[in-house]
Amino acid sequence: MEWINIIVQGVLIGGLYAMFAAGLALIFGVMRLVNIAHGDLIVLAAYIALMTTETLGLNPLVAIIVVVPIMAAIGYLLQRALLNRTLGDDVLPPLLVTFGLSVIIQNALLELFTADSRRLNAGAIEVATVPLGAGVWIGILPLLQFAVAVAVIAGLQVLFYRTALGRAFRATSDDQAVAQLMGLDNRHVFALAMALSLAVIAVAGIFLAVRTNFDPAIGPARLIFGFEAVIIGGLGSMWGTLAGGIVLGVAQAIGAQIDPGWQVLAGHLAFLLILAVRPEGLFPKVQG
Amino acid sequence: MPEPLLAVRALDAFYGDFQALFGVSLEVAPGEVVAVIGANGAGKSTLLKCIAGAMRSRRDAILFAGSPIGDEPAHAVVARGIALVPEGRRLFPSLSVEENLVIGGQLGRPGPWTLRRIYELFPALAERRHAPSTSLSGGQQQMVAIGRALMSNPKLLLCDEISLGLAPIVVREVYARLPSIVAEGSSLIVVEQDIVQALKAAKHVYCLQEGRVALTGPTASLTREAISAAYFGA
Repeated sequence: MEWINIIVQGVLIGGLYAMFAAGLALIFGVMRLVNIAHGDLIVLAAYIALMTTETLGLNPLVAIIVVVPIMAAIGYLLQRALLNRTLGDDVLPPLLVTFGLSVIIQNALLELFTADSRRLNAGAIEVATVPLGAGVWIGILPLLQFAVAVAVIAGLQVLFYRTALGRAFRATSDDQAVAQLMGLDNRHVFALAMALSLAVIAVAGIFLAVRTNFDPAIGPARLIFGFEAVIIGGLGSMWGTLAGGIVLGVAQAIGAQIDPGWQVLAGHLAFLLILAVRPEGLFPKVQG
Repeated sequence: MPEPLLAVRALDAFYGDFQALFGVSLEVAPGEVVAVIGANGAGKSTLLKCIAGAMRSRRDAILFAGSPIGDEPAHAVVARGIALVPEGRRLFPSLSVEENLVIGGQLGRPGPWTLRRIYELFPALAERRHAPSTSLSGGQQQMVAIGRALMSNPKLLLCDEISLGLAPIVVREVYARLPSIVAEGSSLIVVEQDIVQALKAAKHVYCLQEGRVALTGPTASLTREAISAAYFGA
């Protein structure tokens, strides 16, 4: 019974990792940009949520409707003003610039909010549970987090394969030069992709901040979890990021059960194992 | 002489330090088919890229319907009504046949060409509309590339080596569709190495040689010898 419980908890936390991963995969897929500041942007979203809840007195889960548009706007402007200038044949400039951005965000948050650990308080929902039978109880909050993650991934999948914007994303990803000949302004398309990525991050950041303590320095570890989930899942489908997140979450839960110090290590080992036996991930991109 | 739809005036083009075009001038009248021929590396594709905005040039080097467009980016040029069928087709592999066509029309320029009309022009595509674009034969892929460009309802259609890599019978089939495109009001620039098809389709021809116009005139007025000399630089 205990192991069922552990695996269920791992699956549920996997939803959060999937949301970290989805934003990364989206950006890499559309513009081949590896966003090193991704984790710090997740933390930034958590702090924006903190300010929103403190000034407006909102429940963090309601604050999502405020934080998502703010983060999307930041994403659009960041891409138009800065990141578009780094894109080209060379993959190094965007890496360096987003690395620098990561440092800047961490230090700015440190200046503004100090290094104290903070947490978002979602109220009674945090301790509410439902019985799953056979002695297993599930927290409403992790369940909600997982349901939101599935909805976000499903939404991205529909957007990518069923809408005009998704078509523009895929065309630009395939061949930037020809996409421009179709009347697509790639600077605008990239900015919309970054806006979408940061909108997903906003949701993930709020759930992270309700679940656990956060401070300005925890971004890079979230980036690693996101990366690992992307690699495990593969780049063929948004559902891959969900599978990757779940594998990572379950591995960490099992590791933590064996020894609390092994939680993160077990996740890394699962990642390395998948990388060794199936380097293209669980849902590989089909070569056209 | 009516005002030309497109006027290229003393166009120079560079790849870094390498100059690909030297003072090229060219005109296309409304409804006219113009052929640009020349050997590999003569600058034909570069000329089309400049016109389509894929390569920027001097603002007043390219006039379209009277407006200077030489420095405009590709996405703005296509909105004005110039569409390019790129060399090698370059379909979007992640998109189905129909999605390739739809994205060609995503600007919503009004005009005669719709999905239905494209499928009437190329019936072979209608059956394969949901297939991945890469699963089609070379000839069908070329039809998708032409259809994709037409979906933007261009006033000027630029065709870059549409015969490349296709069997002669397929080339004839593709060229047989060009008159219906012109009949809908588009002007055409046809770039070819295979000069036979190009000369048959066009009223006026420009021959490029090492980035310069070596010969130009109405197709009927030029002798084989003159074209051959301009083509090979004899």
